[in-house]
Amino acid sequence: MPVAATDSFAKNTVAAVQEYSILAGRAVANMFSGPRYWADIFTQMDSIGVGSVPIVILTGFFTGCVLALQSETALEQFGAVSKTGSLVALSMVKELGPVLTALMVSGRNASGMASELGSMKVTEQIDAMRALGTDPTRKLVTPRLVATVFMLFFLTVISDAVGIAGGALVSVSLLGLNPTTYIHSSYASLAYGNVVEGLTKALFSGFIIATVGCFYGMRTEGGTQGVGKSTTQAVVVSSVFIIIVDFLTSRLMIAIFGS
Amino acid sequence: MPETQEAPQTENAAEDSGPVVEFDKVCIQFTRKPVLEGISFKVARGETLIILGPAGCGKSVLMKLANGLLKPDSGEISIFGQRIDTMREDDLYKFRSRIGMVFQESALFDSLSVADNVAYRLHEEGMSEQEAHKKVEEALHFVDLDQAIDKFPSELSGGMRRRVSIARAIISQPDLILYDSPTGGLDPITSTTIIELVVKQRDVSHATSLVITHRLQDAFVIARNRFNSQDNKMEQIPDNGIDESTRFLVMNEGKVVFDGDTRQLVHTDDPWLKDYIS
Repeated sequence: MPVAATDSFAKNTVAAVQEYSILAGRAVANMFSGPRYWADIFTQMDSIGVGSVPIVILTGFFTGCVLALQSETALEQFGAVSKTGSLVALSMVKELGPVLTALMVSGRNASGMASELGSMKVTEQIDAMRALGTDPTRKLVTPRLVATVFMLFFLTVISDAVGIAGGALVSVSLLGLNPTTYIHSSYASLAYGNVVEGLTKALFSGFIIATVGCFYGMRTEGGTQGVGKSTTQAVVVSSVFIIIVDFLTSRLMIAIFGS
Repeated sequence: MPETQEAPQTENAAEDSGPVVEFDKVCIQFTRKPVLEGISFKVARGETLIILGPAGCGKSVLMKLANGLLKPDSGEISIFGQRIDTMREDDLYKFRSRIGMVFQESALFDSLSVADNVAYRLHEEGMSEQEAHKKVEEALHFVDLDQAIDKFPSELSGGMRRRVSIARAIISQPDLILYDSPTGGLDPITSTTIIELVVKQRDVSHATSLVITHRLQDAFVIARNRFNSQDNKMEQIPDNGIDESTRFLVMNEGKVVFDGDTRQLVHTDDPWLKDYIS
């Protein structure tokens, strides 16, 4: 029995990876051929991008604040409190901005995509779409993929900016740092490679959120219980993938830019 | 050039004379137990095939196979003379423009209004908004739902949703209409309204159709009634007559147990079938 269970698990895993790869591949390929659903793309941009602005601002701002607060204690021991701006800026742009934004957007939108598409699947709306001559991948997945990748890029920029601003507020108002020193230190420490690294992570995370969310939505089975299961799986898997890809991208960027 | 011109003519001629739907030894299974085993039948142009059978006997799977939404494990399925079991998904999207389908639970897009649901196919085909709106009004008038045009599916009753689903299926005047349990879960009065629409569509457009039902009374209403266009209502065919274009396919446990016309079904000697229709 354990051998049969392992065998079945392995087969299901391989089948899921294959199914995911086909879906992601088709979603990307659809960008280069018509018809293109521009209205759906803009609707998704509004829902995913504009709708996520408040949580991204709040997360980014308070992350910057706490980063400045915590780093001050450590930097003080080395007499390097003036480097708080540098530490906050590098941490936000290279790591925390892209990753926390991606995780917040994943929690909000990967779940939304999985539940929306999952509900459509269990109520036969996906089949109805196919019966009416529409490719569901083209109509439902590609617009979400384009919108997420595009909007997550700008959400990450917003998160980085408000994070640095949050750090500045704490540094100036609570730690008594000179604003000019903070801003100069932040600006001087950021190299081209740091910005590229952070924004590349945003592109990969956007791809993961959309494809994983849609994948779990499109393979939903078993009614409302199945929708709930897909939603949870979409958030968990996309969050884990974001962290793993974050590590791999960091390693790649260090190899390319040397820092 | 002459060769390329001749080929489509021959193909069209074969398509016109041959059956609209043809299943040949079709089998499919999802888990260990086969859902359909060796299903073979044909539906000629203009015919209405009523598919009867107990719940879980594979009727809905058969309907999805007929629209290419599922692929059989073995056997051949031809629609309008073209094999759809081997057709690429991209080609199937275009091919389905000739097929209308009414789903078991209506499957209306809940984020779209009734008008947008009904006009969905027309919008996909790039029809102008004005022309599409005119056709939507005609289709909704056909199903007697003119007043629901601006409503959303969540504001409609089960019967109204089913009628919108029929309007969506017939708006492009398809050559083949697939009704998957159009009266499932509806009360008897609403069921009669839906069946009247099926009969109306059969007698007005003469489109070929497959109708799944597990309600015998609905099946016999379709077979024994006709639509009177002058009075705009369904009426019984005089002298206990039956509609000659309506045939029956009865399934049980994934197999065809009867394929014939109304008279043959009523006078069957098969003990299971007699028990089922009694």
